[in-house]
Amino acid sequence: MDERIKVDQVSFTYEEGADPALTSIDMKVQPGEFVAVLGHNGSGKSTLAKLLNALYIPTEGAVIVCGLDTRDESRVWDIRQQAGMIFQNPDNQIVATVVKEDVAFGLENLGVPTEDMPARIESALAAVRMNEFADSAPHMLSGGQKQRVAIAGILAMEPSVIIADEATAMLDPSGRKEVLDTVRRLNRQKGITVVWITHFMEEAAQADRVVVVNQGRIARMGSPREVFQHIDEMRDLHLDVPHMTALAAELRKGGMPIPQDVLTVEEMAQEVCKLLCPSD
Amino acid sequence: MLKNITMGQYYPVDSFVHRLDPRIKIVLTIAFIVAVFMVHSLVGYAIVLGFVYLTSRMANIPFRMLTKGLKPLRFILVLTFLLNLFFSTEGTTLIRLGFIHITHQGLSQAVHYSLRLMFLVVGTSLLTLTTSPIMLSDGIEMLLSPLKRFHFPAHELGMMMSIALRFIPTLLEETDKIQKAQMARGADFESGNLLQRAKAMVPLLVPLFVSAFRRAGDLAMAMEARCYHGGEHRTRLRVLKITQKDFIACAAMAGLILLIVVEGIIL
Repeated sequence: MDERIKVDQVSFTYEEGADPALTSIDMKVQPGEFVAVLGHNGSGKSTLAKLLNALYIPTEGAVIVCGLDTRDESRVWDIRQQAGMIFQNPDNQIVATVVKEDVAFGLENLGVPTEDMPARIESALAAVRMNEFADSAPHMLSGGQKQRVAIAGILAMEPSVIIADEATAMLDPSGRKEVLDTVRRLNRQKGITVVWITHFMEEAAQADRVVVVNQGRIARMGSPREVFQHIDEMRDLHLDVPHMTALAAELRKGGMPIPQDVLTVEEMAQEVCKLLCPSD
Repeated sequence: MLKNITMGQYYPVDSFVHRLDPRIKIVLTIAFIVAVFMVHSLVGYAIVLGFVYLTSRMANIPFRMLTKGLKPLRFILVLTFLLNLFFSTEGTTLIRLGFIHITHQGLSQAVHYSLRLMFLVVGTSLLTLTTSPIMLSDGIEMLLSPLKRFHFPAHELGMMMSIALRFIPTLLEETDKIQKAQMARGADFESGNLLQRAKAMVPLLVPLFVSAFRRAGDLAMAMEARCYHGGEHRTRLRVLKITQKDFIACAAMAGLILLIVVEGIIL
């Protein structure tokens, strides 16, 4: 069990006789990895997220999280403590009327002694840079701040995996950046494994690995550079590629030798500079 | 506008009374109501009034905040007074004017009932003014928890109350949003008679209910994902502790009851 998460030939059907939401999914996530799961609406990516912390149990196959099988009912709470989940709507996952009490919610559920709670709450809030809001009411916060509180609520439980189920879908661009940056920092600094479910290409481009899901199956898997090279295939799946990758393709069509795997504005700028002043 | 909506009536200052354990405050409020019902003379009511006044001073609450709570009740108070005055016809007659027949007993009953009602409201306001809703729901949960033995869902009730408090501002915001959306499409919430206005609320309430149910589903899943599995083996961040203050408060209440009893025997 070297991998953090192992999805082994998993199929999932919501109700008997219905079309399967997921079919024969196989994937592994290594410790410390940042994996983006990409897909358009109804592709099954959210279903996949919920299978990863035993909110759903696979109809066929097995999901192993931190060495624990999600089909084993006696270990459900251990799995959920190990694999924390952030949801899409920031309002619908905050339970308490005060930020620090919401962070405490998971600890209360785990039965952590009361005297240990304040220190864990404080360090969790510090990790998402929300200390100064410890005594605020959640409805006074912005969407991005609420999602950071949700992340703190999970961090306090000391998980080894964070699963974000379209955690940025309802936020404005600055809130999106705020939340993604927070999770990326936790991934780098604390080595927390991240499964980042999204339909934003620019977010997926920042991952170590991208898994593209379409119609309940894995359509493609690999580093963002590999995956986004297949521009036509991605468009067939109703997915875009990052703007710069698309621009690179257009420029190449126009005869400029720009490499195919450009992802960010900085990289593009570098490539263009190289073309313009080859001496550098 | 939404700033302190979850606080309800709560008057957020720090005081001796604010810092009392909510359980004790709830029990003492019930004791106070019993004490008010034991009073049978005007002197007794004066004692109760003095007690209320002293408590409000100790709670750092302006006395008029307490009397403000009586305002919405003025019709019921007047009605109680008049009904008792005119419709109890026993006892010695004081005034007889045509069909109006006021007796001594009727008058004293009218005074008693309205004073009792007033003190009931003032006493409970004293509780809600000095206890935040979340503490109140904690207190109720803890007081009811012995009933768990008889399968009474005390923890679930407390959780429901605190979630309701959490979602009041969210749902208010949403109501506002839906209302504006419907107004933009020509809905009229302000004109017409009561029935028409009630009917105009339907396009507001239906989407609100639908969304509340969706939120409930999402929240249930989020709670489960954070290992929520009911009240068993659960610890708490906020632990209620009975302190010396609470004993002092209990002694004060015992003093009030004793005074009333003694006063009832003497007079």
